[in-house]
Amino acid sequence: MGKTLAEKIFETHLKDEPFEGTKVLSLDRVLCHEITTPVAIADLEWRGKDRVFDKTKIKAVIDHVTPSKDSKTATQAKMLRDWARRHEIPDFFDIGHNGVCHAIFPEKGYIRPGFTAIMGDSHTCTHGAFGAFAAGVGTTDLEVGILKGVCAFREPTSIRVNLNGTLPSGVYSKDVILHVIGQLGVNGATDRVIEFRGPIVDAMSMDARMTLCNMAIEAGGTCGVCMPDMTTVEYLWPFIQDEFASKEAALADYSKWVSDVDASYDKVLDIDVSDLEPMVTFDYKPDCVKPVSEMAGTKVDQIYIGSCTNGRIEDLRQAAEVLKGKRCTDTVRGIVSPATPKIFQEALDEGIIKIFMDAGFCVTNPTCGACLGMSNGVLAEGEACAATTNRNFSGRMGKGGMVHLMSPSTAAATAITGVITDARTL
Amino acid sequence: MQKKFGGSAIFLDRSDINTDEIIPAKYLTEVTKEALTPYILEDLMLDGFDAKGEKLKNATVVVSRENFGCGSSREHAPWVFEVNDVHTIIAESYARIFRQNMFNCGMLAIELPKADIDQLIALQQQGDVTVSVDLDGQAVTAKAGSEEKQFSFNITQFDKALVEAGGWVEFADARY
Repeated sequence: MGKTLAEKIFETHLKDEPFEGTKVLSLDRVLCHEITTPVAIADLEWRGKDRVFDKTKIKAVIDHVTPSKDSKTATQAKMLRDWARRHEIPDFFDIGHNGVCHAIFPEKGYIRPGFTAIMGDSHTCTHGAFGAFAAGVGTTDLEVGILKGVCAFREPTSIRVNLNGTLPSGVYSKDVILHVIGQLGVNGATDRVIEFRGPIVDAMSMDARMTLCNMAIEAGGTCGVCMPDMTTVEYLWPFIQDEFASKEAALADYSKWVSDVDASYDKVLDIDVSDLEPMVTFDYKPDCVKPVSEMAGTKVDQIYIGSCTNGRIEDLRQAAEVLKGKRCTDTVRGIVSPATPKIFQEALDEGIIKIFMDAGFCVTNPTCGACLGMSNGVLAEGEACAATTNRNFSGRMGKGGMVHLMSPSTAAATAITGVITDARTL
Repeated sequence: MQKKFGGSAIFLDRSDINTDEIIPAKYLTEVTKEALTPYILEDLMLDGFDAKGEKLKNATVVVSRENFGCGSSREHAPWVFEVNDVHTIIAESYARIFRQNMFNCGMLAIELPKADIDQLIALQQQGDVTVSVDLDGQAVTAKAGSEEKQFSFNITQFDKALVEAGGWVEFADARY
């Protein structure tokens, strides 16, 4: 019997099996941000164990509320900053260099095929796009990860989602994943890895693959994964060129992680995307999805383009293509948050920031921002937002607010009209 | 040290109760567990539920439906239960991260089949429900008025070891 990518990673990283069914894995990356890490730091200090297992494997960023908005968030940032300095963690990103964790860490080449990674953040599943096993964990798991470099899991089974057909023009990776979540349901992948396969994924960029994997958790998935291929190698090449003689050699090595053809799956979903429409959520659960045509005309008050789901350069290009030469209608507030300084710079160089500003958007610094209603862009009661984010829970972007999840293209079209709009109809 | 389990139950009869409902993100700026205490279940969407009511205040057991604790990885969700003395949750199923966070904190996330949860919820008609937990016997006993019902549950050896050790930090520190 063959093995899935996840099974191969579990096998090679198994450090201990204290009880049948419990796999303690060694970790290649422990990722940290300022919201879930400070309590772990404080607890380690209180226990007299303020140590790190390997400072080169720990990466830290201040991203959720930055620049700090008040004394409490300033304290959280300070706790992470002081800790990173105290332990001489080389890869720590603060004001001027910081960005959304699940955008900046891949961008720096920290995630490689076959790696294990944890973070105190549910969207850590994003990093599976590189053929890694990356899982969101709580602060206690993070704390043990920081101290010991291990994490315990029930070994997940895998669900294989074959994405076939041809993706219609104007339909994107975000629409695909919303559709998949609609099919699986919000707990359809609990304790499972979602393996995204097929020609649609093969043709996707790393940015698009990260959007897919990012939302695996919205179906309850432990991680979303894509198979490493030449697209993965090309993306990572600036960081791995000293390790391999050629790209082909890198690909040959990374291919060992690809799921075997005779691997077994819990479930296989075959989806032909050829007739897929742009998708939009309604209500307060991410599996409440409808084609945009059924949601068209729904009034919104705010547009938010950004987040670890859709704040990357391709997402901004997608929105700018729709917005070019047009303006936000007077009844909406447009906010765009490029996810990292590099993305911001690229968007400046490509004239994308100017397109957004000419359209009347407020361009913020790279941050998690409005997505979870912790800092900027909070909704008032009764307001609705067209958002490229990942979660539409009640109160997510502010008490009494409604979030409609959609692609950057649909969000941009909605900015122009003030009501949910299919960009292809403009 | 092992925590105390069981006690007075409150019923949250809905599936997919998420971590944003349990503790909204705006309170994640707190850096101590205790500071979270007043905000428990503040944004819960459930008819007739009062987050500031006596019922919740007196409860040490929460009973709910499917996919409890879905969404964010924030351990603030188990913590807000912990600081409100709710150390036992009984539900049909859990989101993975929330379930692990509960056991990592040395608390109990007990899974019972739908039919058992139906019976537990129906028991409310007899009056206030008190739950006792026998961890070694893997059984939950619920009493209301003169009626008593017993349900058996499964717990993995690892999760039980975490509960007995008082949490994952204690377990891992002793072993790795």
